Amino acid sequence: MKQSKYKGWLYLLPAIIFLGVFMVYPLIDVIVYSFEEGYNFVSQTSTGTGLYNYRYVLRDTYFVQALKNTFVLVIITVPVSTGLALLISLALSSVKPLRNLFQTVYFLPYVTNTLAVGLVFMVLFKKTEYSDGMINLLIHFFGGETVDFIDGPHWAKMLVMCIYTVWIVLPFKILILTSALASVKEDYYKAARVDGTRPSRIFFRITLPMISPMIFYLIITGFIGAFKAYSDEVALFGTDLNSAGMNTMVGYIYDMLYGNSGGYPSFASAAALILFAVVFTITCINLMVSRNNVHY
Amino acid sequence: MADTEKDLNRDIIDTPELSDVTEHAPADASENAPADAAAAAIQSTYDEIERKARRRKIIRSTLLYIFLTICALAVLFPFYWMLLTSFKTQSAYNGEAVPKFYVSEPTGANYKEAFTAVPLAGYFLNTLIYTVVTTALMMIVIVPAAFAFARMRFPGRNLVFSLFLSLMMIPSELVIITNYVTITSWNMRNTFAGLILPSITSVFYIYLLKENFEQIPEELYKAAKVDGTSDFKYLMRVMVPVAKPTIVTITILKVIECWNAYVWPRLITDDRRRYLVSNGIQEIRQSGFGRDNIPAMMATVVVVSVPLIILFLVFRNKIMEGVSRGGTKG
Amino acid sequence: MKITLDHVTKRFPNRNKKIHEDVIAVNDFTFEIPDGKLIGLLGPSGCGKSTTLNLISGLEMPSAGRIYFGDTDVTDLPAENRGVGLVFQNYALYPHLTVLDNITFPLGNLRGAEKLTKEQMRAKATEVAKLVQISELMERRPSELSGGQQQRVAIARALVKMPSVLLLDEPLSNLDARLRLQTREELARIQKETGITTIFVTHDQEEAMSISDLIVVMKDGVIHQIGKPQEVYDKPCNLFVAKFLGTPPINVFEGRVKGGKLYIGDDAVLDVKLAENEADGKDASDKKSKDGEREVWVGIRPEGFIPDENGPLSCSLQKIEVMGRDTSVVSTHPAFAGTTIRSIIPSEDTAGIGGETVRFRLKPAKVCIFDRETEKTIEFTQP
Repeated sequence: MKQSKYKGWLYLLPAIIFLGVFMVYPLIDVIVYSFEEGYNFVSQTSTGTGLYNYRYVLRDTYFVQALKNTFVLVIITVPVSTGLALLISLALSSVKPLRNLFQTVYFLPYVTNTLAVGLVFMVLFKKTEYSDGMINLLIHFFGGETVDFIDGPHWAKMLVMCIYTVWIVLPFKILILTSALASVKEDYYKAARVDGTRPSRIFFRITLPMISPMIFYLIITGFIGAFKAYSDEVALFGTDLNSAGMNTMVGYIYDMLYGNSGGYPSFASAAALILFAVVFTITCINLMVSRNNVHY
Repeated sequence: MADTEKDLNRDIIDTPELSDVTEHAPADASENAPADAAAAAIQSTYDEIERKARRRKIIRSTLLYIFLTICALAVLFPFYWMLLTSFKTQSAYNGEAVPKFYVSEPTGANYKEAFTAVPLAGYFLNTLIYTVVTTALMMIVIVPAAFAFARMRFPGRNLVFSLFLSLMMIPSELVIITNYVTITSWNMRNTFAGLILPSITSVFYIYLLKENFEQIPEELYKAAKVDGTSDFKYLMRVMVPVAKPTIVTITILKVIECWNAYVWPRLITDDRRRYLVSNGIQEIRQSGFGRDNIPAMMATVVVVSVPLIILFLVFRNKIMEGVSRGGTKG
Repeated sequence: MKITLDHVTKRFPNRNKKIHEDVIAVNDFTFEIPDGKLIGLLGPSGCGKSTTLNLISGLEMPSAGRIYFGDTDVTDLPAENRGVGLVFQNYALYPHLTVLDNITFPLGNLRGAEKLTKEQMRAKATEVAKLVQISELMERRPSELSGGQQQRVAIARALVKMPSVLLLDEPLSNLDARLRLQTREELARIQKETGITTIFVTHDQEEAMSISDLIVVMKDGVIHQIGKPQEVYDKPCNLFVAKFLGTPPINVFEGRVKGGKLYIGDDAVLDVKLAENEADGKDASDKKSKDGEREVWVGIRPEGFIPDENGPLSCSLQKIEVMGRDTSVVSTHPAFAGTTIRSIIPSEDTAGIGGETVRFRLKPAKVCIFDRETEKTIEFTQP
């Protein structure tokens, strides 16, 4: 009997070992790293402790650029994708024939390799010596000025990045919102219909409040996801994001760790902790706002 | 107001089927006439409302379908484009200043190129090994852990579980740095062990599975205990089969995750023989076929995308249900 | 407002896609609901009661037939233009709105000349809240209310726009037994006070009988009988209606009529003269001419038994259950169609009951005779 008292730990042991080595220890270690000055990767020695790593990172123009890019991406893609997903979900839930087909189609981007499809977007937007690319031809057709979206001005690159991000994140949001909409009981709509409620009033007074928890959930996960954007950018602009001016915060961390500019785990750690602080703060703000606005 | 009523009355007199109504009325119709007329007036406004409602409905559903179709096309267009381009010859592609929406002479050469010019088959094999081993090992680790949290009573259980939950908030970016250093110092770069080890546990999946295990009535567990069934046997013979839908869901989600893994493999491999498809694709983008051979590039993209799309079309409901319960990507 | 259903039929496509035949939820309904009454739609679940309610509210459109409110044909009119109040089985109160906001919600839909100010809405809400006695709950959320209170809020929300008809779908089924009793009286009171034609759906015959002015008994999408509760109880038109109404249920025996006497087994229990007025009269007289007797079902209400040592019906006694005012005598008889006969006897009359057998005399008014095949009532008189 006494033996079986601790048997539970036996079942947990593999999980605890793996989590300990690859999650808990790194968590402590990353904080240590971030305060170790002049850490040498090869000899694993440092010259001292202090805030130098943070100071360096915050003054690094690449980091500032990455921070700006990430914020722009977050500010644009989260509202746009959530709003668009809401529109599509509303449309989806008010039709019956072909609904399944549409749902399947809308979900496709979720199961694709972001790196792979990113290449397609690159091809669509890129200007080459042979062709201006699909999108530019469209712009030209409507009388606009063509622009190189992949190697051109910064705003154009940001635009492609936002479009691709929205395209990638939509499926998840549509899925969540359609099931949220489906979970609103039919009786509420019947009651509203019998009372002669206008569609807009039904939407703002019944549907929206009832699915507001899910919308806030999407906004929070959307913020977190957008702050961690990285591989989409690699797909569009290549691995050298710094010189393209398109780096993100996560990209900066990896570049500090690895590759041509890598070998500085201390700087990477400091940047990662800054990122974590930013995400944590924003999530807290989100939660506070949602507590005041989400009913029940 | 009086005017409109008069108009309505005139309408009524003109309408043949309404004069029928008056004929049917009993002898004292003259007495009821004003009431009848009022009723008929209401009736004709009602008819108007009905007509409007029907028309609104048609217009509404037309607009909805147009909107949905446009969105669907926007989603599908990149897929169409990669398929289309993958069948064009390089010269044809480069010759089209205005890209054509069809191929006049489809060619399979790009697919051959994709498998010969770059070691795509090798990337596939690596990804397959990585995916299968990681998923299988993860199951071995998380199933007992979830079971321990769901059913077993042991000292410190609640404390450990709270610690587990708090780990869910930790972003992978935070721990990847040290893991990189760890794996490097263990000399495991460019090995499968190095690729696989850090992604074997997932706090979130343990949590998901534990929730599911807890829904299985505890009476079953007690009955098994009374019958002298061992915990392990109970887990394998009762819990796992009953929770199969969730286990399948977790498996699918993990497979998708592994197939699309990019960041960790990129950090840990620089030997092409150990590349996964994502890294392979990136490699191809940077240098692969010579940067201009877009059709070959697209053929690679098609080859990489197809397995997951097939998996999705086969397990559509399972995947969508699983993702809405436990997926995040956004 | 008077409501008329004229040959109304509602078909649904079969859910089982292999069967192409439609499901008929409501089959050729024709009846008139008089103004200002409380009507109970009664039937076992799946009989089309709720569909009927939805048809009247306009949430569903009939496949055939017409529906009139007063003299106006509203068949194709959408729900929002019919001015009905609807109370749902689970109340469908908006969980994120307070009681006050829930009640004023329908008023907020009014536009143009009918548009009300906030104060007017509040005044109206206060008025109905007083009527259904929830004045002190106005600032609460539905989740903070008990089932009975939620029910009242739902009724208030339906009443606030002064509907022409009030429709209630299983209004009491989500309440516990004690509350149900109290709420159904409340319902009757509110209906009397407002005078609004009210239709409610229920599968509980006791509920329907106790408060309705008129009950409509349905089964499998077909109306079986319409009438005042007591009428329907005393003179059911067929075996189904007889069995469906009353607790404990009516006791059904196999019986036959021969030579002006009604037999249960070999006991001649009543002298009867059958009225030959049914449609199947010819058929029946054929049978009669063959062997001079007619096979029937005999239904006897529990209160139709009078213990009598010399009574004609002899049953073997199983047990006696004392319930206070009344006593329930449980017995068996070879010709009984179920397992045990349950009769209700006033407690003071049970003195002589005991031993192996119990003998009963019958109250003719509590006996119904049905054709063995068609199960339709056969009227009879006592010579």
